[in-house]
Amino acid sequence: MSRDALAIEASGLVKSFGGTRAVDGVDLAVRAGAVYGVLGPNGAGKTTTIRMLSTLLRPDAGSASVFGHDIVTEADTVRGLISLTGQLASVDEELTGRENLVLLGRLLGLTRRAAKDRAADLLDAFGLVEAAGRLVKHYSGGMRRRLDIAASIVVNREVMFLDEPTTGLDPRSRNQVWDIVRALAAEGTTTLFCTQYLDEADQLADGIAVIDRGRVIAEGTPSQLKASIGSGALHVRLLDPDQRAEAELLLASELSMVHLEPDPAALSAPCADAHRAAEAVAALSRAGVRVASFSLGQPSLDEVFLALTGHPAEDQTEDAEVVEEERT
Amino acid sequence: MTEARLHSVLATGPRPRPASAASAALTFGWRGMLKIKHVPEQLMDVTLTPVLFVLMFTYLFGGAISGSTAEYLDYILPGILVMSVLFTTVYSGVSLNTDLTKGVVDRFRSLPIWRPAPLVGALLGDSLRYLLAGTVIVVLGVVLGYRPGAGLTGVVLALALVIVFAFALSWVFTTLGLLLRSPNAVMNAGFTAIFPLTFLSNVFVAPETLPGPLKAFVDVNPISILASASRGLMEGNVASTDILVVLGTAVLLTAVFAPLTTYLYRTRG
Repeated sequence: MSRDALAIEASGLVKSFGGTRAVDGVDLAVRAGAVYGVLGPNGAGKTTTIRMLSTLLRPDAGSASVFGHDIVTEADTVRGLISLTGQLASVDEELTGRENLVLLGRLLGLTRRAAKDRAADLLDAFGLVEAAGRLVKHYSGGMRRRLDIAASIVVNREVMFLDEPTTGLDPRSRNQVWDIVRALAAEGTTTLFCTQYLDEADQLADGIAVIDRGRVIAEGTPSQLKASIGSGALHVRLLDPDQRAEAELLLASELSMVHLEPDPAALSAPCADAHRAAEAVAALSRAGVRVASFSLGQPSLDEVFLALTGHPAEDQTEDAEVVEEERT
Repeated sequence: MTEARLHSVLATGPRPRPASAASAALTFGWRGMLKIKHVPEQLMDVTLTPVLFVLMFTYLFGGAISGSTAEYLDYILPGILVMSVLFTTVYSGVSLNTDLTKGVVDRFRSLPIWRPAPLVGALLGDSLRYLLAGTVIVVLGVVLGYRPGAGLTGVVLALALVIVFAFALSWVFTTLGLLLRSPNAVMNAGFTAIFPLTFLSNVFVAPETLPGPLKAFVDVNPISILASASRGLMEGNVASTDILVVLGTAVLLTAVFAPLTTYLYRTRG
């Protein structure tokens, strides 16, 4: 299959729940082999989009295809190409980890023997050997998520859908999930994930669509997106709040705009370039301004949203979608 | 979890052909059995409740209705078999409804398998529960002095007929399970329907003493006919029309409610 071929293509996808347009005309084009992030706040339509692409929901309007197969008229073919790791853990909590993997192996056509071997191999690679015989409802969030992803790769899939793969995980588990996604990508599996964290999209994706109120409002590589919104900021905290005025002047000359934080000892300045940030901190130090701490932050999702939409990335969950999500 | 190990485990090569319809359904039946294995307490309702029913009805009403508990046992045992198994069918709808609140259903629905496989498989697993409930009742009956005229063969045939009918009736409750919003609502609606239908049948009393309109209803109630057929099979004097009516009703229920359940399962959000 050509690397330039489109793995996922969507045009004008629309889905309403009880009068609320959860997805309001989404267009996507994901290249085969790409890792693609759909970024947006709660309720922006990310989950609904993934549910349509993975054939669980029928779009009200628009169309989409996976490797050229229509998600509605050729749903069965599409199901043969994809795997879904849903937002709620898509594993059976009342079975053990091993049983979950054997169950899927059997359903996907492995022999009893092969399904057992495959389950053992996956449990080992995902660090779940000790928990293999325990019921999944007793798993930690990170273990559950790892099992969930293992369940998605019991047999070879062309496209993986991951719905908020690291929401609610501790940093260590989050890194493990990222490692898995990177490994899959390296093998050439097309991956589409959605996330609320710019950080996550930045770490994993080679293409990002920013989605707001059911529409794609920006699209590009992580660096394109960050460049388009003016990127991050240098955050400085001083030991002595009385030196803030002096620090403000110095930073203003080094980095232009300076913002005074509510904390009387803190200030920040927009800055994309780590080298210039370091120079600015050094200038403070040379002038005798004592710095307690400093950091160069990426723009937060809030800043991205503010820049792209002019409104903050507030939770956009509408009542209709809450009901929908509770029901499913 | 090392990177090299991760790469080594990623599936490559051709995908196997997904499980056939029958194999997928059986695999889901296996899932049902695993759940029983992990939580055997859930078998209480199919073992203890029937025991209570048999003891209560036999010793409470036996003397009053049939003159002696021994005689009433002959009449009521096949009836209680029918009642206990049919009550259990409501739980098929309840457990489907519970399942739907879990994320795993999304995975099942995104697999390239026969659409109704999870439903059929769950009902196959439930049939095992019906068999267990039925066996408990018959064994208890024999302990209490019940002697089926047609022997073991009759009992096995009666059990088989009741389970076939229960399988068909389960589809009604799985439909309810997909239409209603909570497991409790399914339970309430289910028992509101099955309770009067069972009591307004010949399960407990012969309909001869009933007032006209009620008797007319009891006579055509499929549950009466199922109870009569079970009695007949166990005694060795079954009317073949009863069996035909029971099987016909089962086919009808399945033909209407199995596709309806599957449709609702497939098209839900």
